[in-house]
Amino acid sequence: MVRDVAFGQYFPGNSLIHRLDPRGKILMFIAYIVIIFCTFNYASLGIVAAFTALFIILSRISPKFYLKSMKVILFIVLFTSVLNLFYGTGDPIWQWGIIKVTYDGINRAVFVTVRIVCLILASSCLTFTTSPTALTDAIERLMKPLKAIRFPVHEVAMMTSLALRFVPTLLEETDKIMAAQKARGADMEGGNPIQRVKALVPVLVPLFVSAFRRAYDIATAMECRCYRGGAGRTRMKSIHMSGRDAAAFVLLLLTLAGVIICNILIPSAV
Amino acid sequence: MSCVLELQNIGFTYGLGTPFEKRAVDGVSLKIEKGEFIGVIGHTGSGKSTLVQMLNGLIRPTDGRVLLDGRDIWEQPKKIRDVRFRVGMVFQYPEYQLFEETVYKDIAFGAVNKGLEGEALDKAVRDAAAFTGVKESHLEKSPFDLSGGEKRRVAIAGVIAMDPDVLVLDEPTAGLDPMGREILLSQIVNYHKQRGTTVLLVSHTMEDIARVADRILVMNHGCPEMFEATKKVFAQGEKLREMGLRVPQITTITETLRQRGVNVPDGVLTVDEAVDVLLPLLKKEGRTW
Repeated sequence: MVRDVAFGQYFPGNSLIHRLDPRGKILMFIAYIVIIFCTFNYASLGIVAAFTALFIILSRISPKFYLKSMKVILFIVLFTSVLNLFYGTGDPIWQWGIIKVTYDGINRAVFVTVRIVCLILASSCLTFTTSPTALTDAIERLMKPLKAIRFPVHEVAMMTSLALRFVPTLLEETDKIMAAQKARGADMEGGNPIQRVKALVPVLVPLFVSAFRRAYDIATAMECRCYRGGAGRTRMKSIHMSGRDAAAFVLLLLTLAGVIICNILIPSAV
Repeated sequence: MSCVLELQNIGFTYGLGTPFEKRAVDGVSLKIEKGEFIGVIGHTGSGKSTLVQMLNGLIRPTDGRVLLDGRDIWEQPKKIRDVRFRVGMVFQYPEYQLFEETVYKDIAFGAVNKGLEGEALDKAVRDAAAFTGVKESHLEKSPFDLSGGEKRRVAIAGVIAMDPDVLVLDEPTAGLDPMGREILLSQIVNYHKQRGTTVLLVSHTMEDIARVADRILVMNHGCPEMFEATKKVFAQGEKLREMGLRVPQITTITETLRQRGVNVPDGVLTVDEAVDVLLPLLKKEGRTW
């Protein structure tokens, strides 16, 4: 089922990474993406990989889940790396017709694979260790400057966190409705594409109806508690930067420095 | 009587092979006779819902077999739909499954899937509507314009219209007002009597179960703890309480009276029965009521 997918899931915990400020984590993640695409030789790639591994170990979440999160994009990784393998320039070391493999191609394939894998691992590390609420909170804080151009930051953040909150609920509801319609003989599996789309109607209609019902309920409940937008609201869990966050930033800067130094000292491989 | 459903040592484990593995139903073997009215009780998470969903093939047991009229329902997995027409299943809060433009079409959904058409279909729909008390004038309305209780009747009628051999109802009266419960329950009893359909009723309300069931299946931690005549089950109040269940209120009262030396028979399950045994006693003491 859809629910088995580990990608993007949150695993509650109390590790060093869990306790980092979510704003910091998002900023670091953005910086990390930039750094990973600034690696041009194996030494710098190694530094970034080591940095990623360190965070994974510190998150104290079983590597099994990280592997599972990669299952989803395994195909894309394989596809791009194989494609890159054959797109190298230079002298072929193996050739069959127009297909040729060069050292350059191998290098490209390795780089592309390692970069994507690191990217997925890091994003998993972010979502595994940060609850959806903390994430949207952090995004709200980070986007605050946009208020200057009248962007409804708080509203967008509230909508995002409500939407995230209801993903599992709606999944559960879908399961229930599907079971109920199957019990009335609905055929969900067989048939041509048109029949399959038609077979979704008995599931989608009740699902939409209940989603709207829930939305109204939530709106009423929020109004009952005098919700009137973000102005003047304080937070139950206020987030603070601490020494931990500073240490993490320093680590990231060191990684960046290492990557730059390697790039200067060692000729680039791709 | 012949046996319509037979469970042979069936079990079900959620998330088999993952760290979240959970045994929901464990080695259930039992036989259900044709035309019986069976009550299923058990605390939340006792495996009732999983068990009943295995009866019509919505969940495939991870071990054991389900026999319908002596044939394994999973013999031909592609034909599992046929089993669902024969074992009708009404889920909890079935009103949330309605989707058609009119009440009539929604009740007909299952019957159409079964292959009924023309007059047979019309008769099935109207009979089903009559059984659950859906008004004739409502048939052409949108199901979304009805009240909660009316929607529930429509949803139940939708399953009855398939004319199943076995009807499974998971908490059909949950969330209804006392009057609504009463009416719906008697409609189910009436349907059972007229059609002779085997009925399984899952409920948390012991009073309901006591009134209608011939036999009761008590589930506890995924295992069938008892499967006996209603009176026998409710005579074991202490055991039921240990499982987080209870006996009907009126049974508790008559049991307490008996312990205090009042001469009432055991196995009083409904208020009507209690009236029958208590009134003569009061008269004998010279009190009028």
